[in-house]
Amino acid sequence: MTKKEMVCVSCPIGCAITVELDDSNEVVSVTGNTCPRGDKYARQECTHPERMLTSTVKLEGGKLPVVSVKSASPIPKEMLFEAMKEINKVTLNAPVKIGDVVIKNILGTGVDIIATNDAK
Amino acid sequence: MRYDVAVIGGGVVGALISMKLSKYDIKIALLEKCNDVAMGTTKANSAIVHGGFDAMPGTLKAKLNVKGTGMMPELCRDLNVPYRNNGSLVLAFSDEEVEHIKVLYDRGVKNGVDRLEIISKERAKELEPNVSDEVKAALLSNTAGIVCPYELTIAAAEVAVTNGVDFIRNCEVKNITKLDGGRFELDTAAGKIETEYIINAAGIHSDEIAAMIGDDSIELVPRRGEYYLLDKSYGSLASHTIFQCPNKMGKGVLVTPTVDGNILIGPSASDDREKDNTDTTPDGLEFVLSKAFKSVPSINVRGAITSFAGVRSHPVTDDFIIGYSDKSDKFINCAGIESPGLSAAPAIAEYVEGLLIEKLSPRTKESFTVNRQAPVRFRHMNEQQRRELIEKNSAYGRIICRCETITEGEILDAIHAPAGARDVDGVKRRTRAGMGRCQGGFCSSKVVEILARELGTDMNEITKFGGNSKIIFERTK
Amino acid sequence: MLSYDLAVIGGGPAGMAAALKAREEGVEKIVILERADTLGGILEQCIHTGFGLHYFGEELSGPEYAGRFIKQVNESDIEVKTDTMVLDISQDNVVTACNNVDGLITIKATAIVLAMGCRERPRGALSIAGSRASGIMTAGTAQKYVNINGYMPGKTVVILGSGDIGLIMARRMTLEGAKVKAVCELMPYSGGLTRNIVQCLEDFGIPLRLSCTVVKTHGRERLEGVTVANVDENLKPIPGTEEYIPCDTLMLSVGLIPENELSKNAGIELDSITNGPSVDEYRETNHKGVFACGNVLQVHDLVDYVTQESQIAGEGAAKYIKGEKKTGECIKTLGTNGVRYIVPQRINKQTDKSVKLYFRVGKVFKNVKLVVKCGDEVIMSNKKKKMTPGEMEYILIKLDTIKSLPADSTLTVTIEEA
Repeated sequence: MTKKEMVCVSCPIGCAITVELDDSNEVVSVTGNTCPRGDKYARQECTHPERMLTSTVKLEGGKLPVVSVKSASPIPKEMLFEAMKEINKVTLNAPVKIGDVVIKNILGTGVDIIATNDAK
Repeated sequence: MRYDVAVIGGGVVGALISMKLSKYDIKIALLEKCNDVAMGTTKANSAIVHGGFDAMPGTLKAKLNVKGTGMMPELCRDLNVPYRNNGSLVLAFSDEEVEHIKVLYDRGVKNGVDRLEIISKERAKELEPNVSDEVKAALLSNTAGIVCPYELTIAAAEVAVTNGVDFIRNCEVKNITKLDGGRFELDTAAGKIETEYIINAAGIHSDEIAAMIGDDSIELVPRRGEYYLLDKSYGSLASHTIFQCPNKMGKGVLVTPTVDGNILIGPSASDDREKDNTDTTPDGLEFVLSKAFKSVPSINVRGAITSFAGVRSHPVTDDFIIGYSDKSDKFINCAGIESPGLSAAPAIAEYVEGLLIEKLSPRTKESFTVNRQAPVRFRHMNEQQRRELIEKNSAYGRIICRCETITEGEILDAIHAPAGARDVDGVKRRTRAGMGRCQGGFCSSKVVEILARELGTDMNEITKFGGNSKIIFERTK
Repeated sequence: MLSYDLAVIGGGPAGMAAALKAREEGVEKIVILERADTLGGILEQCIHTGFGLHYFGEELSGPEYAGRFIKQVNESDIEVKTDTMVLDISQDNVVTACNNVDGLITIKATAIVLAMGCRERPRGALSIAGSRASGIMTAGTAQKYVNINGYMPGKTVVILGSGDIGLIMARRMTLEGAKVKAVCELMPYSGGLTRNIVQCLEDFGIPLRLSCTVVKTHGRERLEGVTVANVDENLKPIPGTEEYIPCDTLMLSVGLIPENELSKNAGIELDSITNGPSVDEYRETNHKGVFACGNVLQVHDLVDYVTQESQIAGEGAAKYIKGEKKTGECIKTLGTNGVRYIVPQRINKQTDKSVKLYFRVGKVFKNVKLVVKCGDEVIMSNKKKKMTPGEMEYILIKLDTIKSLPADSTLTVTIEEA
């Protein structure tokens, strides 16, 4: 049995949550939260934490040398740096529109990297 | 490269000497170790044109201060450099200090200072309503003024270059060899330079330059002084330059308006024997504040937009060292130029000119321009002038620095001027872009972009002030 | 001279929302004057997500959030002048501006909305001792270099200030390959969102040092390091706690200041706490027909609130232009006992809607009561689990309540023990 302490980020209150995990890393209990969102957050953080990734990619033929991108939805936290490597390999040609898919299904996560700005 | 005269040091003294000499038909080089002129003591001092009552009668300091102060208004007019004859006050806070300002008054009279007055507390409060109620009397010096030291230097360098002087940047002198036939060879960071005469105006490093020809007579103490600069919204705190009674470390902490409408307070004085240490310290700044409070109690540190430090070269002899070296009759020292060095600079330049032409007897050039065209100052223009200016050149319609209202056109002028700006601080000193409240937060990246474009280089090659003072590194992608 | 019903100064989220709302309310001739070369304001460089959760119910990046408004502006008949700097606003609402296409222009506007945003507090205001090396910059400047210009502003970084911009830049620099050595915070708590502390610092093992500040910068040319020290309860460095951290970059995220130079020159009255104009419930300043919204009025934590506030200002401007805006006796608002300020600073007694009072607290409060009083009379009392200085709070005052208050009275918002 292991205990994990964390601060909930679901809202500004920031409850101090304690999660108990068994030996196979299954959540046994969540305490300290004051709402169901805290429970959900704590379980996710312990089992498979995910993060949005935002960055820029190289742009050619545009007014600016880079254009901003994001993951269309959160990706596993441990894959952030590996995903950055993929993002850094890409070069786009202007024009780019908000929502254009820059990398399809990055690292097999099922999540696309999409442009978040128009670039002329 | 062969020259008749090499001036070592692009501070206010070196630049004014170069300008003075540029009317003669001789080949002159102005050598500067940094990426711009005015990078040493010149850029970080009180920016004061002193009346001339401080120095002891008979000294070079006394003589050249009074003379230089008299020359300053016309020189600034010719060079289109802002100067204001705002007058100065030395405050006396005790009976002892009242006696002291009387001594200063007498000394001033001996030095030939005009229009000095001892004034009452009431008169002092009338002239400067914000000075402390503790004041007992004051010495009013009506000839004193304020000037922008780096603008003066930049303008002088511009005129010098316009008249044929070679301005060589990043040209630190590492060694000097006497060649057969009496010429010198300078080994510099920018290559070898041959010259007949040398004028050593290397500021705090002038002792080292003199030592390169075996002249060990110059002994300097680097004296660091720290300052606060307050926002223009505090500009009405003082209209005169307000001194306290001097002490052995100098003229004490002053509170003064600047020609740009800010308030400058300082300096502290510490002899920490480091020539290039322009660090500010908590103690130094605290000292400056506490002393300034004594003169003007309503001063508020919240008004500070920046703080900085300068190193002045205090000569152990306590007087300017100007003249031919004992070791060579072709090597003029111009060292130990501490306060009132800025005030004296025009007279120093004239004095050195005299020393040189005595031996060199050069012809004067037929074409020589002493005047410098006024730089465009969008912020000082009225609506009609602005309209016409932008119609002529649309670059003046693009505001780059929003705090100080500086246009792209002015930045282009600064870069393309003779001895023009090569780095962000150079643009700042010439145009004021980045000198306002946000201190370049918004405009510095735009200035970097413009510099890179105009100098034909990449943004990451642009520096803050030369050397390794890079602003950004490689591309992210 | 050009003539418009409404001139909006600033084309960031505030200016765009105000202009769009005024247009929706029937104002016909509107111009937005924007100093940058695109609309969007500072959001253009805020490429992280977290914008729009309240307003759109989605987690958008800055450019995406701005993009939605830019699209609406482009599809409307609102005129936009970019790369245009406003130089002056006169007493009779004439705006003088310039750019390199139209030259110097003057615009007579029935109403004006101020939406110039804010700027970052620079190093000078902090008086950090030490050298004047390059590599010391505000977090926002660094953000522009990395996200817009595409250059690394540093490789080893110390960040002073744990506001959200500082935290966001810690993550951003780390993802781009820089080493962020520490984030130092003068106060004993962070001014940033918990979520950002977790996701921008903890995720990357970046230490957050509370009650700690930078006391000295080192390096003659490029920055070579900083000395940090812990501070006591009076925020003064404690001798003996100094530690040298080698780094080539110091990023400052130490506060934002509304940019009110134009407002000041126009004689607009400012609130000494917010540093923004003092306004009524429709965000009208003391200068008739001049409204203010967004970060020029008060520094916001969430752009969603900027949008809401700017829509109020846009609606107010529309009412003013149509001659429908009520003026007359006002009720003053006042924050006390930990409530640092209230926006709006006054409410017209004849107003036609309920009014939200926005405010920030001066320190962290837990399990307290937020009380609204008029004189000694308690008008409302709400329990609050937690309030922090980093987050803007609001409380709704119903129209009936406003109508029931005597003229010239003061509504006080205060904090009491629960």
